[in-house]
Amino acid sequence: MIHCVLHDPNDSVAVVVTENIKAGQQLTALILDENRTIQIPCVADIPLGHKVALKDMAIGDTVIKYGVDIGKVVISIKTGEHAHVHNIKTKRW
Amino acid sequence: MSFLNKNSTFLGYRRENGRVGVRNHVIILPLDDLSNSAAEAVAHNIKGTMAIPHPYGRLQFGADLDLHFATLIGTGCNPNVAAVVVIGIEDSWTKKVVEGIAKTGKPVVGFGIEGHGDHETIMKASKIAKQYIQHATSLARVECPISDLWVSTKCGESDTTSGCGSNPTCGNAFDTLHGLGTTLVFGETSEITGGENIVAARCANDKVRDQFMAMFNRYQDMIQRNKTTDLSESQPTKGNIAGGLTTIEEKALGNIQKIGKKCTVDGVLDKAEMPTHPGLWFMDSSSAAAEMVTLCAAAGFVVHFFPTGQGNVIGNAIVPVIKVCANPRTVRTMSEHIDVDCSGLLQRERTMDETGDQLLEVMMATINGRFTAAEALGHREFVLTRLFESA
Repeated sequence: MIHCVLHDPNDSVAVVVTENIKAGQQLTALILDENRTIQIPCVADIPLGHKVALKDMAIGDTVIKYGVDIGKVVISIKTGEHAHVHNIKTKRW
Repeated sequence: MSFLNKNSTFLGYRRENGRVGVRNHVIILPLDDLSNSAAEAVAHNIKGTMAIPHPYGRLQFGADLDLHFATLIGTGCNPNVAAVVVIGIEDSWTKKVVEGIAKTGKPVVGFGIEGHGDHETIMKASKIAKQYIQHATSLARVECPISDLWVSTKCGESDTTSGCGSNPTCGNAFDTLHGLGTTLVFGETSEITGGENIVAARCANDKVRDQFMAMFNRYQDMIQRNKTTDLSESQPTKGNIAGGLTTIEEKALGNIQKIGKKCTVDGVLDKAEMPTHPGLWFMDSSSAAAEMVTLCAAAGFVVHFFPTGQGNVIGNAIVPVIKVCANPRTVRTMSEHIDVDCSGLLQRERTMDETGDQLLEVMMATINGRFTAAEALGHREFVLTRLFESA
């Protein structure tokens, strides 16, 4: 079972693709561009489609997905936490 | 290698001007809001015809009026339409739409309501509409090369599964179609934000690149001028955010997966503007689903790929809209709306080449006549883009 996917091996977040992911689970993550899996920790309940942090990130850090910049960290994020609008904002607009 | 190749053919309706349609509609087209009632009465009288009501067409001016005419004329000119009855409150603007559509050579006639009233207009229009539907239903589908096909794409109610699954599936199909001499379009100018350099790098030459960046920058300026917030909950939408998308950059990078990995951006179009040669075009457009699909239909595209994550239910009045979804929950809870389930991609049960071909197989069935989910469910969204206030 693939629990989450990331596009590029350097991405700092992965997308949960199954329902009922709970804190404390070990997740199998598929790297789409390389068709291989890695194991990652999860410390929060994360809904289908939402992102799990793959590394610790500080305020002002750039979040990487698809291998490129998708926004900035506004509240520090720890590995395995839920990464979304409560801790990441756009750099545009 | 896809099962589709340059020798592939489909059964379409070849129109008077040589363009090929995949549907055979007779439409009753109101020029303005006031004419919806008469248009709907005609479509009620004459079975098989379809009214396309909308709320605009009065006291518009300048570029906004030009776009109104371009969208109505383009809709009538679309090769999915066999014949058109135009009804407007005034004769002169009605005549302008009729003359625009008449250039295709297809049957078209217009009626002004002023001085006649609804009853007389409905009676006269119904008599012509009856002739038109009997003409249209006498036409046969003929074998056409795949290069005669025009395909548009735009996604909606996207979530993170769109960027991982349904959008790259569409991109895989676009890579195949681009190599077959078809005419393709994508757009959603605001929804390129964060991925504009990737699209610019895919432009076929510097001229196209400069045109694309000018359109992109103009749209950014419009947003900066009018915004009161960072647009969160508008772009990305609340539905996008509920689905896990966090920023416009993330949404954009998912969005542009729809143009695949290989095909070049060969030209740019203004809203509702018709392409002049095969290849992939970028249309400067809103990212609102029904507005964008309506503009693609007005530009002459005959079938639409619509990837969705959270489950957009959109269709179009004259163009079959094929919905593609990789979100396993949406394909379970909203199955009646989904034409192509590519959720297997996210469990490594399917490859991108397989789901790309799965979409193309559904496309072939659709252009040969099979109804999409949206057609079967009666979705006929027709939404005109407005540029500014009426006078």
